[in-house]
Amino acid sequence: MKNRDEIAERLAATGYIADSELATAVSLMQALRRPLLLEGEAGVGKTEVAKALAIIHNTELIRLQCYEGLDQSAALYEWNYQRQLLAIQAHQIQSAGKTADGIEDRIFSDKYLLERPLLAAIRRDKPPVLLIDEIDRADDEFEAFLLELLSDFQVSIPELGTIKATSIPHVLLTSNGTRELSDALRRRCLYHYIDYPDVDREARIILARVSETGATLAVQIARMVESIRKEDLRKVPGVAETLDWAAALVGLGVRDLHDDPETVHETLMCLLKTHEDKARFKPEVTAKLLGRVA
Amino acid sequence: MTHSAKEFGAPELRLSVDGRVAMRLAGFLATLRENAFAIGPREGEDAMMLMASGYAEKPTLLRSAFKHLFSARRSDWEKFDGIFDAFWLGKRVKSRSKLMGSSSKSADTPSLKSIQDHNDRRADGAQATDQVPSPDEAGDERSGEGRMEGASRAENIADVDFRKLSDPAQIAEAHAAAARLAKAMRTRLTRRDIVRRRGERLDMRRTIHANIHHGGVPIDLAMRRRKEKPLRLVVLLDASGSMSMYTSVFIRFIHGVLDEFREAEAFLFHTQLAHVSDAMKERDPARALDRLSMMAQGAGGGTRIGLCLQTFNRWHAQRVIHSRTCVMIVSDGYETGDAQLLGREMAALARRCRRIVWLNPMMGWQGYEPVAAGIQAALPHVDLYAPANTLNSLLALEPYLAKL
Repeated sequence: MKNRDEIAERLAATGYIADSELATAVSLMQALRRPLLLEGEAGVGKTEVAKALAIIHNTELIRLQCYEGLDQSAALYEWNYQRQLLAIQAHQIQSAGKTADGIEDRIFSDKYLLERPLLAAIRRDKPPVLLIDEIDRADDEFEAFLLELLSDFQVSIPELGTIKATSIPHVLLTSNGTRELSDALRRRCLYHYIDYPDVDREARIILARVSETGATLAVQIARMVESIRKEDLRKVPGVAETLDWAAALVGLGVRDLHDDPETVHETLMCLLKTHEDKARFKPEVTAKLLGRVA
Repeated sequence: MTHSAKEFGAPELRLSVDGRVAMRLAGFLATLRENAFAIGPREGEDAMMLMASGYAEKPTLLRSAFKHLFSARRSDWEKFDGIFDAFWLGKRVKSRSKLMGSSSKSADTPSLKSIQDHNDRRADGAQATDQVPSPDEAGDERSGEGRMEGASRAENIADVDFRKLSDPAQIAEAHAAAARLAKAMRTRLTRRDIVRRRGERLDMRRTIHANIHHGGVPIDLAMRRRKEKPLRLVVLLDASGSMSMYTSVFIRFIHGVLDEFREAEAFLFHTQLAHVSDAMKERDPARALDRLSMMAQGAGGGTRIGLCLQTFNRWHAQRVIHSRTCVMIVSDGYETGDAQLLGREMAALARRCRRIVWLNPMMGWQGYEPVAAGIQAALPHVDLYAPANTLNSLLALEPYLAKL
């Protein structure tokens, strides 16, 4: 806990501007050795936390992207079948006329094992950051399997036996809330809800990532994005969209939003990602919002 | 087996929290549990560890740490600060941190007495309260299994005579229509699964095992079977007074559906929610109807759809809903409780299941507009909103249900 501010600083050095609560969450992850479940709307920077965490721990980031139908073999391990086939054939040539006994043990050995993210994460010497992204997209069965892995940190491979973790990874799970997660998984984790940043934090994020903007423009962009988020939109722009927009404005030589309302309006496509949202934003709407940003 | 933090070299923190602080912490955990936080013994241990390691001296830091440790979902996250401030700093809790429901009476100002009571209760062996319903809700659960001792008598009993409403020809017709509908759904879904099975994948691991003796030439192919997860139907039927003219037909319909569909669950609600799948599975439709008419006798006391959905989401949803579940709500949407609560619970339900179908018998009436606050709050989360006041309108649903 002593290092909460230090963590916030170190995250900032990587370009991730965290609020103090997220810094607390990261320090708790270390103190209690628990996974951290991050929830929040798409585009608030959940995945970025994992990237920043990997940088501050100076370790590898291993990412498992979840999807419906994700099974253990895609997440945990698979055998290298091509090499196994070659090995079988090589064995046959070398030992023509002898029996095939023994080859089975040999081809189902560590040498032919392909690590997938979860196995990789528990077999590293230095604890990596394991990002289990969008866990709400995976099926219930996978969630249950994950629960077992995250509490025991060991896996069983029928041909090899049990593999225990050499190091316990820093585990981050993200969810957009498309499906309700089980209570068991939630209770296993620390919980943090990431909201859209406030103007001050978003301006600091813009400055950290697109430093060419300068403070004035960064604050203007952050204010403009905040008022756009308050409009009735189908897809609310996330932080990534804000950064795209800031980069676009800088690229087009805009130094102040009020100087060039036309460019501002034309570049709004960086923020608005559906046809209806774009149709709603007539030049008058943009001008009105720009007026408020002053 | 669960690894503790210590095993993996987490900094060992010595527990030096005195008894008073421990009592206070226990009281806080009890208050959180009253507010529907799911907290197990491990969270308590971790909280003690944090308090002992210096967090206790800085309230804002402690609040932030506890917030991460004890919250499990957004609703917890949002009400946590208020509860913390009320308990530890003696501030008045903001209204948003109050839980809607039966057990929130002491959430406002957690007095020493309520803490004491809780400690007593814990001492009585009620420690695992995080998963166990409170006495009121346990009553709901019991009624959910079809035993309604006294529960319906306490309600405003209306003279709902199901036998009068169901003349034999109508019953037979409704039942036949329901059976046809259920059968059609079943046939189509089976056909879909057969088509899906054509996309079988090779199981390389088993194929290699099987062909070592052929020198690795894949002669015997092993295929990976797809896990089958049949579609499940969960029916929530409004049995309140305003629906009484339709309830019997719908009960017949649900009986038909449950007859044909292995994966189906049924609930009745009015002012309470009752799990009626078992009663519905009664082979003899007349006896099923009898058992159900008993359960439907709470009718007349208004409809608390939001509250019933809350009970459903909290105590049943985890078990009866999986990713291929269609929830069918049969109701006129006349909410006598809190329409906002209904909206929130519908949103939570929509996140869990694949589809929500809302059948409203009133929709078939000429000039009907969904203006009731309840239906207004629910509609944004509904995938299909359809009339269901005649056998024909029931049959018209079939193509939609078969597409699920």
